[in-house]
Order: sequence, then C-alpha cells, then structure tokens
Amino acid sequence: MNGFLALIAREVRTAWTGGGLWLPVIFYLAVATLFPFVTGPDKVLLAHTGGGILWIAALLATLLPIERLILPDRQAGVLDQLVVRGWSDELVASAKIAGHIVAFAVPLLLATVVASALIGLPETQLRTLLLGLALALPALAGLSVTIAALTAGLSGASALGGLLLVPLAIPILIFGAGTLAENAGNAMQLLAATSLAMAALSPFAAGAALRAGRG
Amino acid sequence: MSVRQATTPLVNIQNVAVIRGNRLVFDRFSLTADNGDIIWIRGANGSGKSTLLRLIAGLLPMASGQMTVSGVIALADENLALDPNMLLEAALGFWAKMDAASADAREKALAAMDLVPLADMPVRYLSTGQRKRANLSRLLASQAPIWLLDEPYNGLDSANATRLDAALLKHAGKGGIALVAAHRAPSINVAQSISLDRQAATA
Repeated sequence: MNGFLALIAREVRTAWTGGGLWLPVIFYLAVATLFPFVTGPDKVLLAHTGGGILWIAALLATLLPIERLILPDRQAGVLDQLVVRGWSDELVASAKIAGHIVAFAVPLLLATVVASALIGLPETQLRTLLLGLALALPALAGLSVTIAALTAGLSGASALGGLLLVPLAIPILIFGAGTLAENAGNAMQLLAATSLAMAALSPFAAGAALRAGRG
Repeated sequence: MSVRQATTPLVNIQNVAVIRGNRLVFDRFSLTADNGDIIWIRGANGSGKSTLLRLIAGLLPMASGQMTVSGVIALADENLALDPNMLLEAALGFWAKMDAASADAREKALAAMDLVPLADMPVRYLSTGQRKRANLSRLLASQAPIWLLDEPYNGLDSANATRLDAALLKHAGKGGIALVAAHRAPSINVAQSISLDRQAATA
C-alpha cells in the first residue's frame, strides 16, 4: 500500500515538474477567454452555450498530457522495474489513473470556477457543471491512461490518441452537456453510471495494454 | 515471484525456449543456480543474454520449458529507471520505498558504489559510469537475494569495477545468487559460465 501511494505521489510530482499540470489548465482557460470574443458580449447567449463549450474544452484538454503518461516510464525502464518487484500491470495502471486524477482532474475543476466567471455562467449552472465534471473526470483520466498505454511508442501517437479518445468520450459529453439543459431529467444519473463503468474498467484495459506493449 | 520469503534463493530453468517478434532467440536452454552462485552468462552480441535476464525477471513469456524462481529478484539492465530531474538520493529513495529498504541499507549501497559525493546531483547530469553505479546501488539497497546484472561492467573504470567485484563476492558470501550477463569475462572467479551461442548451446 505504501508503494502504491508512493507511485501516486510520483505521478503527481512528474505532472507538476513536467508541465503536465499547467498545460491542460491553460488550454482550458484559454478557451473560456476566447469564446466571448467569438460570440460577442451577449450575456444570455454566453450563459446558454458557455457550459457546453467548457465540456468540450475539458474533453480536449484530456488529450494534452497523454504522451507523457506512459511513454517516458516505459523508455526509462520504470515499468519494467515495477513488474520485477511483483506489481501487476493493472495495479500500475490504477496508480497511474489515481495520480492522473489528482494531477489533472482536480486542477481542472478549480479552473472551472475561474472559467465560468470569465464566461459569466449563472451560479446554478456552475454548480451543475462542477458536479458533472467531478463525475466525468475520473473516467476521462482512466481513458487517457488507457489510450496512453495503447499508443505508447507508436509513431503519430498523439494523433492516434485523439482519434481513439473522441469516440470513447462521446457518451460522457452527451450526458455531461445534457445535465446543463433546462429539462435535464436523469442526465446526471446516466453521466454518473457511464463514468463509473469507464473508470472501473480502465485499469484492466490499461493493464492489458501495458502487458501487450512490453517486449 | 510466487514465493517472496524463500529461505534459500533458487533459479532453475529447464529446456526453455524464447520467441521474440517471430524469431527464436534460444531454445533448449537450461540453467540452475542456488545458494551463493555467481554465474557468468556469456555470448556474442544478440545471442540473447538480455532476453534471458528479462525472462527470469518475469518480463517476457517463455515459449516452452519450465522455470522455477524462488526469492526476490533485483534487475540492473541498461535502463536507469530514475527520474532525470530529481537529485540522485531522492530518485534512489523512491525505489528504496518500493523495496521497503532500510535507511542503513540505502547508505551502505551508496557508499559501496562511491556515490556519496554525488548524492545531491540531479540524475540528468550523471556520466555513463555514474549512471551505471546508480543503477547498481539501487540493486544493492534492495537486498534482494537474486541479482540479474546486464553488462554491469560497461562504463565502469577499474576502481569501480573492483567495487562491483567486492559487492558480488559479498552477495555470494551471504548466499545470494548473481547472474551476470557480459560479453567479456568478469574479473572474479565465477561458479559456472554458460554460453548462449548456438554452436555451444550446451555448456
């Protein structure tokens, strides 16, 4: 258990020192800053569409750190050393996902408060958005690590990563944006269910990809 | 890795074949090592020395044969697996935490490889020989009974090669196993030397 926590702490530290922490946050805030320039300062329009734009921004921000999640550790032999110590690939993947949630999802949630102020979202919308993103981000973190493990070492890995992530993340985007609608119905419950399933399955998918990629 | 707390370490390989990328690296290979054996695994470049060590470490599947390994393994191969931006002592400290190594074992391992003056140097500034020593120092600190060393003498000057020899002899004296894959002969007496070359497959 100590080793598991140490690996999570290492993930957070490498994100902090390697630019993996700030890059998605800056991208996310840049979208929120630029969006009002495109639509014009129409408060009603911004309040109506702003939440959806932030969902798209969060989804695309997920793509940015993918290349540094698995590949550097594979090349440096860190993954090999963990396997020699008896770690299963699924456990390594779980630690990576947990670390990525701390290093990616939490900063993005904090940035959402700033971004919604930039767009001028009403407070009720902000609350729904925060809850929805908090539910979805663990699934997006799981997807990132899985895709990073699948594409590590391939040429054009980042383009392929985008190609893989977008279709897999569509259910999350549909339910996520649905929670912001006036007649949201059960969108939040569906979002929670989809995210839970994805987050729970991703350590196994990522673990299998790590095992297959070892040669 | 099924038995983490074995009383005596053992590596027993019988008639093993390994296939990598549709190529048969070696087959019908056998090796037995127990208590205090230092074994030199020799062979030309590409004969499968590193592959054999990766197989024993559990990083590669075998195509056929039987393998029994009891005892904790430590591997020092060509990959450093230390974070380049961290100070050497902190980077080694991460693995010490993973191995649950005592502070005493860590200090002794640093001293044994003459790394104490470099402890507060970022890993990315280390030279080839210094990186090799850092790798070996992690292996020493882990106190694992089975050592897998891939070309451990590469990049070491004669003073540090002597330090490695001393560490190997001490390890064997305590009943540990060391499998040393090297294309040139180690400078210490080895219990056994096994060749992976095709023409001399049975040593």
